Amino acid sequence: MKRKPMILKIFENDRGGQIVLGVLAVVVLYVTFANLLFSEGSFLHISTYTVTLLGKYLAFALLALSLDLVWGYLGILSLGHGAFFALGGYAWAMYLMLQIGDRGVYGNAELPDFMVFMNLQELPWFWYGFEYPLFAFFMAMFVPGLLAFVFGWFAFKSRVTGVYLSIMTQALTYALMLAFFRNDMGFGGNNGLTDFKDILGFSLQDDGTRVLLLILSFLALVLGYLISRYIINSRLGRVAMAIRDGESRVRFLGYRVESFKLFIFVVSAVMAGVAGALYVPQVGIINPNLFSPLFSIELVIWVAIGGRGTLYGAIIGAFIVNYASTYFTSALPEVWLYALGGLFVVVTLYLPKGIVGIVKKEKNVTAVS
Amino acid sequence: MLPLYHENEKNVGDLKQGSRILLVDGVTLSFDGFKALNNLSFSIDYGELRCIIGANGAGKSTMMDVVTGKTKPDSGEVIFGQAVNLLQMDEPAIAEVGIGRKFQKPTIFSGHTVFENLELAIKDDKRFFKTLFANLKGEQRDKIEETLELIGLQELSKKSASILSHGQKQWLEIGMLLVQDPKLLLVDEPVAGMTPSEVEKTGEILTSLSGNHSVVVVEHDMEFIRSIAKKVTVLHEGSVLAEGNMKDIQENEKVRHVYLGE
Ligand SMILES: Nc1ncnc2c1ncn2[C@@H]1O[C@H](COP(=O)(O)OP(=O)(O)OP(=O)(O)O)[C@@H](O)[C@H]1O
Ligand SMILES: [Mg+2]
Repeated sequence: MKRKPMILKIFENDRGGQIVLGVLAVVVLYVTFANLLFSEGSFLHISTYTVTLLGKYLAFALLALSLDLVWGYLGILSLGHGAFFALGGYAWAMYLMLQIGDRGVYGNAELPDFMVFMNLQELPWFWYGFEYPLFAFFMAMFVPGLLAFVFGWFAFKSRVTGVYLSIMTQALTYALMLAFFRNDMGFGGNNGLTDFKDILGFSLQDDGTRVLLLILSFLALVLGYLISRYIINSRLGRVAMAIRDGESRVRFLGYRVESFKLFIFVVSAVMAGVAGALYVPQVGIINPNLFSPLFSIELVIWVAIGGRGTLYGAIIGAFIVNYASTYFTSALPEVWLYALGGLFVVVTLYLPKGIVGIVKKEKNVTAVS
Repeated sequence: MLPLYHENEKNVGDLKQGSRILLVDGVTLSFDGFKALNNLSFSIDYGELRCIIGANGAGKSTMMDVVTGKTKPDSGEVIFGQAVNLLQMDEPAIAEVGIGRKFQKPTIFSGHTVFENLELAIKDDKRFFKTLFANLKGEQRDKIEETLELIGLQELSKKSASILSHGQKQWLEIGMLLVQDPKLLLVDEPVAGMTPSEVEKTGEILTSLSGNHSVVVVEHDMEFIRSIAKKVTVLHEGSVLAEGNMKDIQENEKVRHVYLGE
C-alpha cells in the first residue's frame, strides 16, 4: 500500500476545510495579482487597502481557529483569548517600534517616541532583545504560551470548569487590559504602539510588503489549520472531545485530563499569539483595547456564528462578521453592536451549529433521501 | 502530573489466585453529617467474582466512588494489591494501576462512534504526548473487533454512540471495561434495562472474566445474582451486614429482616 503524503491525509474527509481554504487561496492569489499587476486606474485593480483588510481578516481567522480548538473541541469557553492575541501583537510591535530608529518625531535613535515623552533615559530591560526579529517572533509565541501554561496549570489542576473558568479567563484579559493602559508599564499606555516604518527591512508603505504580509497571513492560517486538524484527527483529539462530553468519565479511563487541556490550551494560545503578530504590521497599531473583554467576547461570537467545533466554521465566522463589521461601522456605525448582538442571539437560538450547520443539515437530508 | 507509577506496579505485588487484591478497611464517609459509608470493611481476592447487594442508598455506588478515587473518605484505608494506597491517588492513577469501572448510569461518549468509545478505553499508554501519535496496533484492533462482536454492536461500530438504546449503552460500557482489561472490575448494575437473554449473556461474560480478573458486581436483580453468585456481601446503611454464599445469605435472619423485608 502506498502511503499518502501527510497533508493529504490530514485533509481526508474534510470537505469543509478543503473548500474554505481553497476559496481563500484563490481569493488571496487573485487579490495579489490584481494589486500588483494592474495599475491604479484599471478597473481590474484591487487597492492596497483591500489587500490589508484581507490580511487583517486572515489574522482574525487564525485567532478564531485557535479559539475553536479550545471551545469547540475541549469545551473550554475562553472569554479571554484576545489576551493571547494581544500579547503576540505587542511582542511583534516592540520589534517594529525599535525598527523606527531615529525616524520618530523626537529623532531619538535609542528610544521610541513614547519613552522620550515619558522622560525615560534608557530602554527598559524587558525591551532588550526585541530589535532582533527572531527573538521578537519567538516571544510573540512564547509569552502567550507561557501565560496559557501558568493559567491553565492552576485552573485545570484545581479542576475549575464551566462558567467559573470562563469568568477567570475574562478576569485575566481584563487585568491585562488595565495593566497595559498604564503608561508606566512601558508599553505606550492607552496610545499603544504605532507609527511603524518597516519590517525586516521592507517599508510598510510598499504595496509589495503589504501583499507579502497578506500571503504570510494566509500561509500561517493554513499551517494553523493543518496543526489543529492533525491534533483533532489524532487520538489526543478524540480524548479532548471526550473531555468536552464527559470530563470525569475520561479520568476513570486513565487519562490525566489536565495534561490534555493544558496541551491544547497552550497550542491555541501560541496560535493566537502568531495571529496577533501578523495583525500588527498590517493594521499599523496595537493598543490595550485588544485586551478588552468585549473583544474576546466578539471573538466568541465569530466562532459561534461560523459554527463551533468544525475549525473551518471559525474561519467562515471570522470573515463574515468582520466583513459585516467593516461595512456597518462605515455605513451605520450606531447599529453595528446591536446587529452583532442580535445576530448572536439568532444564531444561538436557531442555528446552534452556526452557518456551517445549515450546509451540513442540507447535506444530511439529501444523504438520507 | 506523574504519568507512570512504577512503584505502584511493584506494590501491587504478585497477584496469585486467592491472594488479596482489594482491602477496604474501616472506611467512613459522611455527606453533611449523613454517613453514606460507616466503618465499611471487606476484601476481595484475586480471581474472585463477588456480588454486592443492598437496598437503595446502602452505599454500594459510594463504595465504588471511594475505590476509584472519585470521592475521598473521612477515614479508613483502601489498599490495592499488596501495598498500593489508593486513597493517595487520583482517578487516572487508580485506573492505570488496574481498576476499571462500569457506572450505574451508563456514561459513554455520545460525541464519538461506538468504535471510538472502545478505542478511547483500550489498554494503552494514556499520556497526552503518546496519544498525539497513537495508532491502534493490530492486536488492539482485533481486541476491539472481538469485543464488538461479543457486545453485539458490530453493525453499529461506525455509528454515533448517541443513537444507542439504553441496553446497548450498557453493553458498550461493558465493552469499554473489557478492552480496558483491568485487574479489578467494578461493575455497577450491569443488567438494568436488559432482556432476559442479555442478562444471561452478561452473567456468562462476568463469570468467564473471573479467574484472570477480580470482578465486583453490584445488582438489584436477585435472579441474576443467584445465577452467578459464589460469595455475596450485603451492605446496609454503609456497612457490611452479612457475607457468605447465596444460601447462607438467604437464610440470614438480619438480611431477611432489613433487606428482603421479611
Ligand atoms: N454526593 C452526594 N451527596 C450527598 N449524598 C450522597 C452523595 N452521594 C451519595 N449520597 C447518599 O449516600 C447514600 C448512598 O448512596 P449510593 O449511591 O452509594 O447508594 P446505592 O447503594 O448505590 O443505591 P442504589 O441501589 O440506589 O444505587 C444515599 O443515601 C445517597 O443519597
Ligand atoms: Mg448505586
